[in-house]
Amino acid sequence: MFVLCKHSKKLKDLPGNLKIKQNSLSIGIIVASDYQHQKVFDKTIIRKRVEIKMTLLSKEQLINFYRKMNRIRAFENEAIELAKMNLTRAAIHTYNGQEAIAVGVCAHLKEGDYITSTHRGHGHCIAKGADLERMFAELMGRKTGYCKGKGGSMHIADLSIGMLGANGIVGGGIPIATGAAFALKYKQTDNVVVCFFGDGASNQGSFHEALNLASVKKLPVIFLCENNNWAISMNIGKSVNIENISERAAAYGIKGLTVDGNDIAQVYREFGNCLEEVRQGTGPVLLEMKTYRLSGHYFGDNENYRSKEEVISRRQECPITRLENLLIQEYGVLPDELKAIASEEKAMVLEASNKAKLAPEPQAEDLWNDLFAQDFENITWQPFVKS
Amino acid sequence: MRKISMREAINEALHIALNSSPEVFTAGEDIAVYGGQLRCSYGLLENFGAERVFDTPISESAIVGLGVGSAMLNLRPIMELSYIDFLGTCFDQILNQAAKLRYMYGGMVNLPLVIRTQCGAGLGNGAQHSQSLEAILGHIPGIRVLIPSNAYDAKGLLLRAVRDNNPVVFIEHKALYKTKCHVPEEPYECDYTCDIKRTGKDITIVTYSAMVNQALKAAEVLEKEGVEAEVIDIRSIAPFEEETIINSVRKTGHAVVAHEACRKAGFGGEIAATIQEKAFTALKKPVLRVAAPDVPVPFAPILEDAFLPNSEKILAAVKTCLQ
Ligand SMILES: Cc1ncc(C[n+]2csc(CCOP(=O)(O)OP(=O)(O)O)c2C)c(N)n1
Ligand SMILES: [Mg+2]
Repeated sequence: MFVLCKHSKKLKDLPGNLKIKQNSLSIGIIVASDYQHQKVFDKTIIRKRVEIKMTLLSKEQLINFYRKMNRIRAFENEAIELAKMNLTRAAIHTYNGQEAIAVGVCAHLKEGDYITSTHRGHGHCIAKGADLERMFAELMGRKTGYCKGKGGSMHIADLSIGMLGANGIVGGGIPIATGAAFALKYKQTDNVVVCFFGDGASNQGSFHEALNLASVKKLPVIFLCENNNWAISMNIGKSVNIENISERAAAYGIKGLTVDGNDIAQVYREFGNCLEEVRQGTGPVLLEMKTYRLSGHYFGDNENYRSKEEVISRRQECPITRLENLLIQEYGVLPDELKAIASEEKAMVLEASNKAKLAPEPQAEDLWNDLFAQDFENITWQPFVKS
Repeated sequence: MRKISMREAINEALHIALNSSPEVFTAGEDIAVYGGQLRCSYGLLENFGAERVFDTPISESAIVGLGVGSAMLNLRPIMELSYIDFLGTCFDQILNQAAKLRYMYGGMVNLPLVIRTQCGAGLGNGAQHSQSLEAILGHIPGIRVLIPSNAYDAKGLLLRAVRDNNPVVFIEHKALYKTKCHVPEEPYECDYTCDIKRTGKDITIVTYSAMVNQALKAAEVLEKEGVEAEVIDIRSIAPFEEETIINSVRKTGHAVVAHEACRKAGFGGEIAATIQEKAFTALKKPVLRVAAPDVPVPFAPILEDAFLPNSEKILAAVKTCLQ
């Protein structure tokens, strides 16, 4: 099992002999591989030792990531403005602090790949290429929204771009991702499903059932756990008795990996390595990305369960700030260039929001539409003759 | 007498329950430090400590199961399921375990378990956080299903439920948490019986949960038009006390049944069937049902308004019935 941690002190808690090497690209990242762990569990768990590719990301790639991460942040900030104006309803769960994950992961996906999402799904949608105006329209319950106003913030889907839907049920998307992966394998494609879910969701029965099933069926799915330290008021330290959610992979005989989810370069690289394997048909992977939810659980959360100091200190590790530092320090990008990109993204987001504000509301009669689909016509019964 | 909200009344009942019996404990997602996603359990952790008031991981099946198993060993758990929609992730523990064990084992065990949960639409929570699923539960023999419509009943029914030695699902409508009424400070219990919330001689409106206030509103309008409506709050889906309803219908000869749940196979069908079985000769008109359409709860305000039954829809049904 591979474990990548940002803080070297965490490594002390890991079982086995650890090999530590300095990573040239992402400052302060320690790569460790745990050989003893490999021996403890079945040989099939770690089929081969994946070489960590040290290919440097180009400046253009990183700038592109920066753009998308800012787009997500601007979207969430605007969503909160809409909530303040009472233009949205019920909970808005923002993705602030986790942008590197959606962006770094979705950057690898190709046509025909799918993702499943959670209640905190705006970032996944945007990273997968969803239309901002239709997203805002959905948040405001408009007819032009992705779900014609029937879904809301927590339920955005766009099958045309491979986004199988956000989900209001914690853990609800994990079995669905498994089913989608089965379909991709059944159809003999080399496509994959990326299943996003939280640390909290990893305690649902659905997580355990789906991982096992995906493992025995060797399905092309990457179970991507965004461990943001909190599940509403429940701290990760109280909800599980292990250091890394990825350790659970061992129970299902699949590969497990933990990476720093606030380092876009690492997210991109490690996910890319996993993806390559999964595309080749080696079966599912449980990839944990450690991050931190910088905003409340939802807009309006009193956050009585954590201290302001904790949030302030974790803000220093904000993935956008870290990418900024990387671009400025290692790639010679000027701060003004970055500021310009951020404001371009913000302007684009505001334009989408303003357009969506003018969109029409659904009509009461629409209540009755969309419940059942038409029958399948493309079938002719063939008599079955026993041989 | 002081007026408090249903949320405060439930919080008070929980304090009384924990204070009255060392066997009582409460657990669920975010109930301790956070005070509950439903905001009903604030203060409990401070007053009764982390042994008896604790947060669980997001594992509804294990949450209900913790209740079932510990109840078998004579604890009196009050477990919280933050939304009734999450029945989906723990139904086996309710349907095949809690509801079956005593009977299946020939009366060998008691299951003094209360599952508190939240139902209802109207606040834009969407299809997976707004349902009214009481009829599904009411269909299962072996569990009790309580569904209060105000703060007074909520406190009295919750304490009654904690004293019950059988599994109880206690359903709180999210739109009622802030509604206030007179609630005595001292402990008291309400029975698993219907409560006549308003008397009248012309028509019987049988309802429960958030629709009670809508029915009362309709009754006020009817009064101005010279029609006296009797509003019956059934309060308990299971057991279902029929006598109050039958007596009322024998008096009025007309009945309208109203609930927020979808119409098809809703509990209103059971109420209507009971009325026609037991008061057929008294009925001057067919029993009419007011309920939500048979679709999931939509998000947009216009759609959700169209979905929700309300006092106007009850009024219209009453008028049709009295024509
Ligand atoms: C089955 C189910 N249980 C509980 C909830 C209530 N709930 C919504 S989000 C959440 C926390 C989820 O935590 P995590 O999976 O870590 O995701 P995060 O919010 O941190 O992104 C909970 C308990 C739910 N929506 N569905
Ligand atoms: Mg979390």
